[in-house]
Formats: sequence, C-alpha cells, structure tokens
Amino acid sequence: MTAEIRTSDGELLSVKLKKVERRRRTTAFLLAAPLLFFIVFAYVIPIFQMLGRSIDNAEMNSFLTETHEVMQTWDGSEMPGEDVTSTFYYELKTAVENKYHGKIATRLNYEKGGFTSLIKKTSRKLKNFDENANFLDQFIDVHKKWGDIEYWQALKRGTDAYHFRKYLTTFDYEQRFDGSIERIPEKLRINVTLWLRTIFVAVGVTFCCFILAYPISHLLSVLPTRYSNLLMICVLLPFWTSLLVRTSSWMVLLQKQGVLNDTLVSLGFVADESRLELMYNMTGTFIAMTQILLPFMVLPLYSVMKTISPSLMRAATSMGATPFHAFRKIYFPLTYAGISAGSILVFVLAIGYYITPALVGGAKGILISNRIAYHMQQSLDWSLATAMATVLLIAVLVVYWLYNKIVGIDNMRLG
Amino acid sequence: MNSKKSDFVKFEQVDKSYDGKELVVKGLDLDIAEGEFLTLLGPSGSGKTTTLMMLAGFETPTNGEIYFDGRPINNIPPHKRGIGMVFQNYALFPHLSVYENLAFPLKVRKVDKSEIEERINKTLKMVSLTGFENRMPAQLSGGQQQRVAVARALVFDPKLVLMDEPLGALDKNLRESMQYELKHIHESLGVTVVYVTHDQGEALTMSNRIAVFNDGKVQQLSGPNELYETPVNSFVASFIGENNTFTGTVKEIASGSAKIETDSGETIVANPIAVSSSGEKSRISLRPERVSIDPNEQLENKFTSEIREIIYHGDHTRVRVNLLGNDEFILKVPNASSDLKLNVGDKLDLGWSSHDCRALDY
Repeated sequence: MTAEIRTSDGELLSVKLKKVERRRRTTAFLLAAPLLFFIVFAYVIPIFQMLGRSIDNAEMNSFLTETHEVMQTWDGSEMPGEDVTSTFYYELKTAVENKYHGKIATRLNYEKGGFTSLIKKTSRKLKNFDENANFLDQFIDVHKKWGDIEYWQALKRGTDAYHFRKYLTTFDYEQRFDGSIERIPEKLRINVTLWLRTIFVAVGVTFCCFILAYPISHLLSVLPTRYSNLLMICVLLPFWTSLLVRTSSWMVLLQKQGVLNDTLVSLGFVADESRLELMYNMTGTFIAMTQILLPFMVLPLYSVMKTISPSLMRAATSMGATPFHAFRKIYFPLTYAGISAGSILVFVLAIGYYITPALVGGAKGILISNRIAYHMQQSLDWSLATAMATVLLIAVLVVYWLYNKIVGIDNMRLG
Repeated sequence: MNSKKSDFVKFEQVDKSYDGKELVVKGLDLDIAEGEFLTLLGPSGSGKTTTLMMLAGFETPTNGEIYFDGRPINNIPPHKRGIGMVFQNYALFPHLSVYENLAFPLKVRKVDKSEIEERINKTLKMVSLTGFENRMPAQLSGGQQQRVAVARALVFDPKLVLMDEPLGALDKNLRESMQYELKHIHESLGVTVVYVTHDQGEALTMSNRIAVFNDGKVQQLSGPNELYETPVNSFVASFIGENNTFTGTVKEIASGSAKIETDSGETIVANPIAVSSSGEKSRISLRPERVSIDPNEQLENKFTSEIREIIYHGDHTRVRVNLLGNDEFILKVPNASSDLKLNVGDKLDLGWSSHDCRALDY
C-alpha cells in the first residue's frame, strides 16, 4: 500500500484538497444561486404543475368522490343500479347548493357532448326529486339522455382522479367507452395535421435559414473587422426590434394590397386581379419566420467559421484541389459544429413559434403552438393544452438528445 | 538526368500593390535555380511573404511575369501549379488524421490506393513519424505537426516547395533540430525549396542562397557566408549578424583602402565597398568578432576604449564600450580568455584590420 501523503501542516492531502475545493465549489454555487432559485421557483416548478394538468382530474374526482367509488363496482354493460344513481343525486345536490355544478357540467362535457345542458337541466329540477322513488326513472324523466348508458359511462370515466385521454386527443385518437382506442372522425381531425405542419415548417425554416445564412456567415468571417462589424449589425438589427413590430411589418409588406404586391403589379410581373396570396397561409409563415430566426443561424455559423484558418483552404488548393473540392472536403466539414448548433437552435425555436404564425399564418398557416393557445384561452380545455405542450416539450428534448448523441452538446457554439 | 536549370523559377520585373498607393514588391527580378534552397529573408513588411504568395498563386502580381519551369504562371490558379507549400501555422486539416492529411493531395491526383499507402509510408519515414498515421493533428506536438505539414507538402513529389516561416511557432531547441532536418530532407530529395523567414540564423544555417528583402526590394542575393562577411550595404550589414557602426566622411580613397574621418574627428582606415569618391558620407560596419583586444600585431586601426557594461552570456561575454564617441560599441570576448580581467570603467586597447571594416552607404 502506498503511504498516505500529507501536506506540510500534517493534514491528509486528499482531505485538504477537498476542503480547498469545497470553498471553490461553494463560491461557484453562490454565484449561480440567485438565478437557480429564480428559475426553479418561477419557471421549473410552475411548468411541471402546468404539465401535471394534462393528466390530473383530482378536482372533478373530489366533486363526485362517492359516486366515483360506487361506480367502480358497476361494469358499465347495463344501466347503473340505484346505489349509483342515489349517490350521484346526493352529490349533485351538494354541488348545486355549493354552486360548483357548472364546473362539473363543463368537465363532463369534454367526455361527452351534451353534458352541459344535461347537468344544468337536471340541477334545476333536482328539488322536484322524490327521494323515496326510483332515481334512475326520475333522472330519465328530467332528461331522456339519462336513459343513454353512454352518459353514465362518461360519468364514471370523467370522475377518475387522473387519465391519459388528452394525449390521445393530441394525436386525434379517442378512447371509446368500451375501452378501445380509435381515430376520431375524419372531419374532426386537426391536431395531426397541425403537428405535421409544425414539423414541416420548422424543418423548412431551418433549411431556408441555413441556405441564407451560410454564405453571409462566410462573408462575415473573412471580411476585415470594420466591414464585418457593419454587416453584423445589419444581421443583428432584427434582434433589436420587437418581434411584434417585425411581424406587423411583414403584414404590411405581404398583404394583398401590400408593398410587395403593389411593386410586382406596378412592374407588370403580376396582374392586378391575380395578386399573390403571400399572407394568411404557409407562405407568409415561412417568409416571416425565416427572416426572424435567421440571426440564430448566422451567429453559430459565424463563430465557427471565424475559427477556420484561411490557410486551410490555401493548403488544400496548393495540394491540387479545385476550390470546390477544397470547400467540400475541408471547409464544409469543419463547419458541421456551426451548422448543427444553428439548426438545432432555429428548429427548436421554430417548432414552438407562436406570434408570427398567429398574425400572418391565418387558418392555413397556424401551427401547433397556436392550437395550444386556443385551448388555453378559448376552449379553456387546459388539460388538452398542457398535454399538447408536454408532447412538444418531449419532442424538443428528443431533438436535443439526438443532437447530443450525434454531435455532442460540448460542440455547440453560439457566438 | 538533364542539367539543372538556373532559372527554374524566374521573377521578371514583378510589382505588387494591395491598395494602389504603395508597392509592397518593387520591380523584383529573381532567378531561382533548380534544386537550390533559397531563403527570402527580411523584416516584416519587406515583401518576402508577398513574393512567396505570388509564386504559390494566392496573390496576383500587379505587374510583371513569373515563370515556373519555363512557363508563365500568372494566369494559372494555385491548384494547377503543382507547388507544395508549408504554412506558418501548419494548416493541417484538423478533422482528418495524419494519414488522411497526407492522402489528400494524392487522392486529388487520383493516385491509386496501394501507391498512396506506399508513398505515405515512405514520406512519414522520412520525417520520422512512422506509427502516427491514425493520430489527429490536435494529438500531436508542435514539432510533430510541423513534420506532418512538411511531409504533406512533399508527398506528391512537387518540383518546388514553398515554406512560409514554418518553424516560427516552435521553441528554440526544436527549431534548431528542425532546421537540420529540413536541410537534410532538401539534400536527399534535391527538391527546390523557397523558404521565407525573418530569422537570420535560420537562413544562414539552411540556405544555398539568401535573398535579403527590405522595402520591397532584394538588397543582396548571395550565399550565407558571403552575405555575412561581405554585406553590400548598411541594411544588410545591420540586419545580418551583429554590427558596430561609425558614420563619417571619406577623406582619401585608393583601391582597397579609404581614410574616413569619423564624426568624432578620428580617422579610420576602411575597405571601400559602397563609396567611390572623397567627400562622400559613409557608414562603416565592423563585426564585433573582428575586433582584437590588446592587439600585438600590426593593425591599421588602433584605438583606446572605455568599458561601459559587461554582460555574461555563458559561452562568451559581451562588453559594451565607448569607442570614438560610439557608446554602443560591442565586443565579444570568448570564455577561453577567462584570465582577462574586465571591469566597468577600465580602459581597453582595441584594433582591427582595414579589410574587415567596410565603408558602406550612409
């Protein structure tokens, strides 16, 4: 065994080293702590709480706890017995007294359409019920929908404490009351179309940005500093302008009576009656997003290209390679790190892009993020919105994971 | 084998300007013989690198013509010139292994696989890097990277290899051993080398001939010892090696000897190189090692100096003295004469022959 090494004051070297290192680690932690706390409390925790909503149904479960419990013994093959209907009657009565029956109606309506009016009507008539008579018959008397077994099945499913059905909805599938999973009717399918469109736009915008950014980044990297600084300012100018302003200016430029169409018409390229549809479709989304995300591609490419010595290309040509061959074999491979960093950045930003498609996209150009916003703000189906957001988050994480596998996150250079 | 061409590379009245205002290279005429090791030596901004870049094809002459093996090459792009080049920062392809770096010029030339391997093995052996084929450039030391760069410039058997300060980034010891190595490679291959450096020691060690550049012009083109022993003007004298100078006016001039009155009023007998008539101003150049201390023999020039500073340098001691009003006069005293007692403030008798003391342009 090797002798223990001690420092000159007699402490064990390994212990002493840890002590010294601990101080450094503490300092590093303290430097990061404010931001860390901010991110954890203002960002990470709220996000996970929100994401939890995609499967959480605890509130509903608490409204109708007993009904839910009693219904566990009901197999749903025939109409429920009096144990179920009576429990439901008493709990609904409590709900009406405490005025949360509206929430129950809304929630149950997600499970099966028609529940809103059903619960509202039932709630109004609840005081006329004879508590000694058959409850099921009285329910059916109030509204004949109670005679439809699917409403009772929906009630059973709708009071589960948690469920994953929103994720099915995210991909245009539904779970039937018999437990089978099937696609929803064709005319209702929208989410898959939006997912595919979102991926298409994100990939397309990334590619357009790459095509546009590569030459300009190269130019930036070889120009003398005074010119390259000026050019860099032009590239970064969009960063200094509000996103909303930029998107609005694209609206001014692209609309049917806009600057671009007017110019084309006055130059005679386009007839006045057949002005180009550049907005409220995918074209608009594409053009505006490419322009807005371009700097995110330029910066990583530029920073990588800046490190490539011009003598490499010279060396290659001095050895007999044509300029094109030298580019393909030497320069281009050396820019992979920049290409991948820029692409992942643009792709990830594009896949969740919201304002631009909302303003210039129209119905044909909206993306999944706009659908999430719709469910957050208009349909108020937060569970579905968060389910979609979770899928989006996972998709982005998968992309990062792939990037790390293929390129290595250490190779990312962002300017 | 046919006889070696004396004008294998020829610069004819070549001018180069980058900004249209100043000439970086002015009316350059230079012949480079086949198989020779020619060094372009000069301070930075003297035009030596521009000259090399024009030969490689990365810069176009503003005026004049460059011939390579009898052909004018001004309009031939670099990749068609077939000239090997070693760059200052090595310019190894960082994403390719040593083997792939060396294979690059051969693959471009569509050499078949077995021959590529054979040539690479041969070349790596020449630079003593056998076994390093699969290393990446970043895994090599500076000296090893330099060898790979040299190997890569030689592997496709170019007739001419250009080297742009290839040893600039290496430490002193490594640089010296690489100098010998390059010299030996040149001797064994017989390839023509044009070498650019600002390090005169490097130039003197390796070259067959040296072209000293200053201000866009070749000041002197000659062999290393000629350059050192008989500089033709005061720039070359001061740039190559150490040099003590006096300024003065020619009083009397005869063949092989001139009497020059220094600014301090004494008369020095000197060897007239760049002066031809009396009354001309002249700068006299004298190598420190040509000055004798306490001279016994008969010398034309004998003066007494006063020691100002003594600097110990290991193998020799440098003594700064005041001589004829020049406070920066340097002597090199070899350490063998350690019996010599030197103290600051002592008087020291010095002497030198008129032949070693060259009267150059002012």
